[in-house]
Amino acid sequence: MSAQVMTHQMPGPGRLRKMMTNQRFYRAITGILVFIILWEVGARSEQWAGFAFPWIGLVPPPTAVLGAWSTVFVESSYWMSWLQSFGRVLAGFTAAVLLGVPLGLAMAVSRTFNGLAFPTFEVLRPIPPLAWVPAAIIFWPTQEMAIAFVTFLGAFYTIVINVVGGAKSIDIRYFQAAQSMGSNGADIFRRIILPGVMPSIFLGAAVGMGITWEVVVAAEMISGGGSQIGGTAGGGLGFFIWNSYLGGSYELIVVGMISIGIAGYLCSSTIRKTGTWATPWKRLR
Amino acid sequence: MSAVMNKPGKGSQNLKVNSAEMRVEGVSKSYGIAHLRENVVHNASFVIEKSKLTVMIGPSGCGKSTLIRLLAGFDKPDSGTVTIDGKPVKGPDRDRLVVFQESALFPWMNTYDNIMYGPRARGEVDDETKALAEFLLDKVGLTQFRNKFPSQLSGGMQRRAELARAMINFPRVMILDEPFRGLDAMTKELMWEYYAGLYEESRRTNFFVTTDIDEAIFLADRLLIMTNIPTQVRAVLEVDLPRPRNLKELLESDRANEIKMEALGILHEEAMKSFSSGSAAASDFIEAYSKRVKKKG
Repeated sequence: MSAQVMTHQMPGPGRLRKMMTNQRFYRAITGILVFIILWEVGARSEQWAGFAFPWIGLVPPPTAVLGAWSTVFVESSYWMSWLQSFGRVLAGFTAAVLLGVPLGLAMAVSRTFNGLAFPTFEVLRPIPPLAWVPAAIIFWPTQEMAIAFVTFLGAFYTIVINVVGGAKSIDIRYFQAAQSMGSNGADIFRRIILPGVMPSIFLGAAVGMGITWEVVVAAEMISGGGSQIGGTAGGGLGFFIWNSYLGGSYELIVVGMISIGIAGYLCSSTIRKTGTWATPWKRLR
Repeated sequence: MSAVMNKPGKGSQNLKVNSAEMRVEGVSKSYGIAHLRENVVHNASFVIEKSKLTVMIGPSGCGKSTLIRLLAGFDKPDSGTVTIDGKPVKGPDRDRLVVFQESALFPWMNTYDNIMYGPRARGEVDDETKALAEFLLDKVGLTQFRNKFPSQLSGGMQRRAELARAMINFPRVMILDEPFRGLDAMTKELMWEYYAGLYEESRRTNFFVTTDIDEAIFLADRLLIMTNIPTQVRAVLEVDLPRPRNLKELLESDRANEIKMEALGILHEEAMKSFSSGSAAASDFIEAYSKRVKKKG
């Protein structure tokens, strides 16, 4: 594969300047600013209008959130939550890619294997990852492994389905052309199937990553603060939110929510960037 | 330069000697099941002569692509035999290369990697092959586009890249299924000249399928005219025009026009037959034909 990936333009110093003059960049900034202003005004409605707007009037204003954020920003426990959630997401996601991609390829390539594996797969797939939480806690020796397992399930099915679908949608003429040029099975797999499913792998990974964050937060809330009850697991951004809720700090709840938003964005944009890097033929149109 | 073309890869002999003859004898093929089963090819027999450019022309949808699949070995005939140098065709093999209707270049490889696909697949990359790749790139005018992906090439460039990708494998028979379909008229004429040039240089066995009569006359040594579905050979015309040909001379050549009118006459008869059996495409052809003939007269 790497032989086929062409050298491409690396981000240079001109890139930042380009971004600063980009209309889309300013639109994004404007959109975010307008959102924050509306939020601030709405949240402070009781002070200036005499009554609280429904829903938004109960939300802490962004300035208060920022204040709360600045206090936890210097605390190691806050960053520990980030680290723990990231660790779980990466463990589950990596396992999902490492197992899901080969499984998907095997199901796409071998009709026999597909016949054997697909029915089981299709019965297990509709079970929501969160439905696995109690069973996972019982099966796995540590709570940490249970959470990572549930996170893994979140991405696994999506990746497998995308790989199978991607491999099956490769144009049959590519195989015919390869065959008539004297290509054998292994060569076709390496030079036709693998690059052919590459875009689907990244598509599945991006969607899977999103599900992974949903799952990890819920799992952390459900399993609770293991550290408080003497276990080794617990913590994470999901628990951070839950703990703030129990402690009655609405500002910190929002801090936790935004943190997850940022973390999820970082993860999915990393996958998108890797995807464009690995499939250069897709972006040159 | 032609010395490079005549110097095939490892272990093979002179390219011209290496060309093969294909025979189709009494071949029939149907598709579909039960009462929906349609006879696409019926008792077709013809010879693709060695080192000649045989062009097959027939009404669209007459079963030409089915014949190509049988020749390439992607499909097996229901009855009859397809042979290459007397040996029956069992499946796809590098001795028969197919250039498809629309580009089948691998989108994830640049022009050079696409051309080198065959040699790399067979582990035959040596200096000679690399030199040949350069020669072919130059010959199809893509040297400057060697590092571009297919999606960055124009339609005409893609077809040329595909010709080069096929040629480098020294197929004993090259099979082309309407390779220039969908290109605009100007580009198409340019393609004919590129393609005819490649053929004249190598003189290997070529089998070219088209629905375009001008394309057929410009390229062919022998012209097979097919009947409508279920298809078989209706007539064989020898196109005895000197090579290298060019479009201007061909337009002014009486002989070329004579062959063209003869071919159109036969195609017209076929169209009339299929029109009476309810083919809409045939009515287009009949209308176009009557206008063309009137203009000539």
